[in-house]
Amino acid sequence: MPLTGTGEDGNAALLRSYEQLLVIRRCEERLQRLFAEGEVPGFIHLGVGQEAISVGVMSALGPADTLASTHRGHGHALAKGMPLDGFFAELLARDTGVCRGRGGSMHVADMSIGMLGANGIVGAGLSIATGSALAHKLRKNGQIAVSFFGDGALAEGLLHECGNMAALMKLPLLLVCEANGWSEFSPVSSQIAFDLAKWSEAYGIAYRKIDGNDVVAVAEAAAELTGLIRSGGGPALLTCTTDRWRGHFEGDAQKYRSSDEPAPRDPIVVAGEHLAAAGVATQRLTQIAARVESEIEEAIVAARAAPPARFDAALADVYTAASIGVAI
Amino acid sequence: MAQLRYGAAIGQALADAMQDDPTVVIMGEDIAGAGGSFGITRGLLDKFGPERVIDTPISEAAIAGMAVGAAMSGLKPVLEIMFMDFTTLAMDAMVNQAAKARFMFGAQVSVPMVLRTPHGGGLSAGPQHSQCLEAWFAHVPGLKVVCPSGPANAYGLLRAAIADPDPVVFVEHKGLYAMRDEVPEVLAPIPLGQAAVVRSGEHVTVVAYGAAVALAMQTAEQLASESISVEVIDLQTIQPWDEAAVLASLAKTGHLVVVHEAVEAFGVGAEIAARMAELGFSYLKGPIVRVGAPFMPVPFSAELEATYRPSVSRLIAAVRKALGKE
Repeated sequence: MPLTGTGEDGNAALLRSYEQLLVIRRCEERLQRLFAEGEVPGFIHLGVGQEAISVGVMSALGPADTLASTHRGHGHALAKGMPLDGFFAELLARDTGVCRGRGGSMHVADMSIGMLGANGIVGAGLSIATGSALAHKLRKNGQIAVSFFGDGALAEGLLHECGNMAALMKLPLLLVCEANGWSEFSPVSSQIAFDLAKWSEAYGIAYRKIDGNDVVAVAEAAAELTGLIRSGGGPALLTCTTDRWRGHFEGDAQKYRSSDEPAPRDPIVVAGEHLAAAGVATQRLTQIAARVESEIEEAIVAARAAPPARFDAALADVYTAASIGVAI
Repeated sequence: MAQLRYGAAIGQALADAMQDDPTVVIMGEDIAGAGGSFGITRGLLDKFGPERVIDTPISEAAIAGMAVGAAMSGLKPVLEIMFMDFTTLAMDAMVNQAAKARFMFGAQVSVPMVLRTPHGGGLSAGPQHSQCLEAWFAHVPGLKVVCPSGPANAYGLLRAAIADPDPVVFVEHKGLYAMRDEVPEVLAPIPLGQAAVVRSGEHVTVVAYGAAVALAMQTAEQLASESISVEVIDLQTIQPWDEAAVLASLAKTGHLVVVHEAVEAFGVGAEIAARMAELGFSYLKGPIVRVGAPFMPVPFSAELEATYRPSVSRLIAAVRKALGKE
């Protein structure tokens, strides 16, 4: 569904997207601080600057459509509808977290909204989404699956295997490349020899490349491609150019980055410009920002007060209880 | 009693599972039109159609990952990996995805998939088409590992594996596919995690699984003529394995031998020996002895391979050693 239009409905969709962009941005900014202060353990990978891709793509999905995410998956989870309480409780390793404190940042998942998990293995989500698309096709439920991956994952063999498989089987799969130009600590130009447009052409996969920092552009392209996919056209690939504002992981000193990189376009500013052009008052945006910040602070307070992850419960969930065999 | 071949029993289990549950689909390389490299899935395409009997390209990593995604999205996929050696290409999907999903997502989801694959030598198939790698999978929390020894438990265990909510690696022995044996008139699932005492004995317990069970039975038969009474336990499920059954037998006999075709070092036998040394030390009247393959790849030469694989004579020697009758 396009985000812009005339009348209240058009603005309402764009305002919702603006709010989602803010939710993701503010969540990650808070995580950055919580991590620096030692409250969030482990590794976290922030997608600050890449929010418009999650929000734009998700505007074309229904609640039962599925997605497989990456190690930089907070935006995907939140845009698909993961509750803030469960999200922060997971990042703070609480029993009330979406994964009961066993997955953390790299594995946030919410099956109730089709979010099949962030993933610590680069490219692994490609095959999980392809399999989910196969299930949708066989179950004839009209749903589609989405695989998000970065441009660093273009070097993984699964891209070929899954691209071939999805094209061959005409699976309802949207591949979304979040092209932030970095393959961990190396520029993608030093890692990848091929062009995704030509790759898609070779596999017979519909392809679009758009400005991934403009949520309206992402939403329009996602609506077009998901329409193709839902009408039985097989897989499609959407490349969204964007920028990784932070390091590969929090704590990354980024000595490999140059100080004269051009300033990235801020997806929130871009969305704000669309709203201004549509005649939405700045005051409205300020109200949204205040509400978002207060909801995030409430979620953090709740997470801090929640009980820690439990070892006994974790041990009991290695297998589905009813099927455990005889053991002493 | 009816008779069935091991391979046909597996095919029957697949057909019955698909008949009973429309969410069961099978996928793999050349399994549909060609009926599988070993003919196990022959006839299923005609019966269930190409949507549920899916020929895939030679893409083990993708097939296995897809099985995980499909299992998380409402299907029960059973994938065939043509040789167990090729599971190396599917390891991320099995180890990092299938095995972990339930745990790391806080029990929001189970991954009801089965990976069927044949292991074992005896066909001069060489180092990359003969390996027994079940211990790798048994070492990964979240996976179950099953290894049937004959037609009856091949059927029953596969039905249980497909019905199981967790990911199961179902290891077949390619040397057993043609084996014909009696099966019950009414075929039924055999619960995972339960061993079977397939021969009762008094003096020594031999634990085996898969093709090694037949070796153990032959060994028991031969030793019976020397008045050595061997109890043979068919493990059936390697993970979770039936510690209680092995311990009960050890309590009775006081002596334990474990035999498998896989490399002995760091293998299933090592785990069983260690656990029984911990749990059953007071029952032990002699050393626990393992019989497995030497620490080398499986050789191509039929003569070398025959020396490499466990044999009745090696198992007899091991039983004597366990009994202090060398």
